[in-house]
Amino acid sequence: MADEVLAPMPGKITRILVKPGDDVLEDEEVLVLEAMKMDNPIFAPSNGKVKEIRVKEGEEVDVDHVLLIIE
Amino acid sequence: MLEAILNGLGGLVAGFQALALDWRSIIMIVIGCILLFLGIKKDCEPLLLVPIGFGCILVNIPLSDLMAKEGFLRVIYDAGVDTELFPLLIFIGIGAMTDFGPVLAQPSTFLLGAAGQFGIFLTLLMALFFGFTKLEAVSIGIIGACDGPTAIYVTSKYAPHLLGAVSVAAYSYMALVPVIQPPIMRAMTTQAERATVMKYKARPVSKTTKILFPLVITILGGLIAPKGLPLLGSIMLGNLMRESGVVSRLTKASENEIANVVTLFLGLCIGATMSGAAFLRPQTLIVLGLGFVAICLDTVCGILFAKGMRVLSGGKINPLIGAAGISAFPMAARVVQREGIKYNKKSYLLMHAMGANAGGQVGSVIAAAVMLSVLAGMGIIS
Repeated sequence: MADEVLAPMPGKITRILVKPGDDVLEDEEVLVLEAMKMDNPIFAPSNGKVKEIRVKEGEEVDVDHVLLIIE
Repeated sequence: MLEAILNGLGGLVAGFQALALDWRSIIMIVIGCILLFLGIKKDCEPLLLVPIGFGCILVNIPLSDLMAKEGFLRVIYDAGVDTELFPLLIFIGIGAMTDFGPVLAQPSTFLLGAAGQFGIFLTLLMALFFGFTKLEAVSIGIIGACDGPTAIYVTSKYAPHLLGAVSVAAYSYMALVPVIQPPIMRAMTTQAERATVMKYKARPVSKTTKILFPLVITILGGLIAPKGLPLLGSIMLGNLMRESGVVSRLTKASENEIANVVTLFLGLCIGATMSGAAFLRPQTLIVLGLGFVAICLDTVCGILFAKGMRVLSGGKINPLIGAAGISAFPMAARVVQREGIKYNKKSYLLMHAMGANAGGQVGSVIAAAVMLSVLAGMGIIS
């Protein structure tokens, strides 16, 4: 089952900490989203493997934008 | 001849002699150095602490007369603090820097910005209880606005002798928000409440709304609380310039050059009010203590109010965002975000907290304005 990681708020992706194919654990930090001049860690919603990363570093995203997919 | 030379040289040690006789000035020079240390070495509000600390040292060097009539610091003080001009100029800059978007997108968070001001009124009552005069109590309570320029404005108007203590309290507690708030937030909420996830639904805010907001607040607020119009009007002027998008040169000047120049002079003047005789009094400690209580009470009231909203909304509100309803922007909102994510890694409270925080920014100004107008109505101030 695939889990989409959505942007919780509008902001800019400043760092991507995983690559496709990586195994991640629930609550592991996968991305950093800068919003309102504050770096916010984004955590994996479940255990699994990173299937796809849909954003690039430096990209501006709106709320609910799909950031990556974990399965 | 020799005697004349010795007398002349005696003039060079007169300062040391005067200082040796005045322990209070020595302590204040040490305090000035500590403020400089905190600003320079600890990076704690350096833009304020460096001029304040240096002003404090200057004014406590005996025989220099910097704060005497026509002295260097007195001239700046009379021009900008005595006239209440400096805090208002800073407010134009704050208005130009503040995006009220998050509060306009979620109008209910504005209420939290109002709830976070109750500490002002509770502290005012406590100050009266401690025997401060009504005008002094107003100035002490206003520390609870957690807003330096508001506190300086009100105090320089109604209790200028407390200016040093009140502004030091207001600015240091603002800087300490990340330390003061989290224990209160934890103590007042349950694990389940703290872990509540709030979805951020962006309601688009039109440019017209953003332009109308400062206008409506100025006219309505000014009619309700005319005594506070200088504060409200200056912050809203800055914001209108920002949102109008047509005077970017003026907006930039307000938030950069003007705010920087005024910050320098204002800091120096605050330092200049910290002469040993005026500052080293039991009163100062009580002011610092009450100011601390004021900010704690703001946090408590904000969280209680958010808990009320949680009940009414059927458990959708995370009460932590209530702590952001104070004016310390954006520190308070960041504290809420950091605390929230500690208890639930899927919880992002930042945007909600920013709404409450921006509400608190206006809220503190409105609270001060309302208080002044009520006091004027009661005939306590003219």
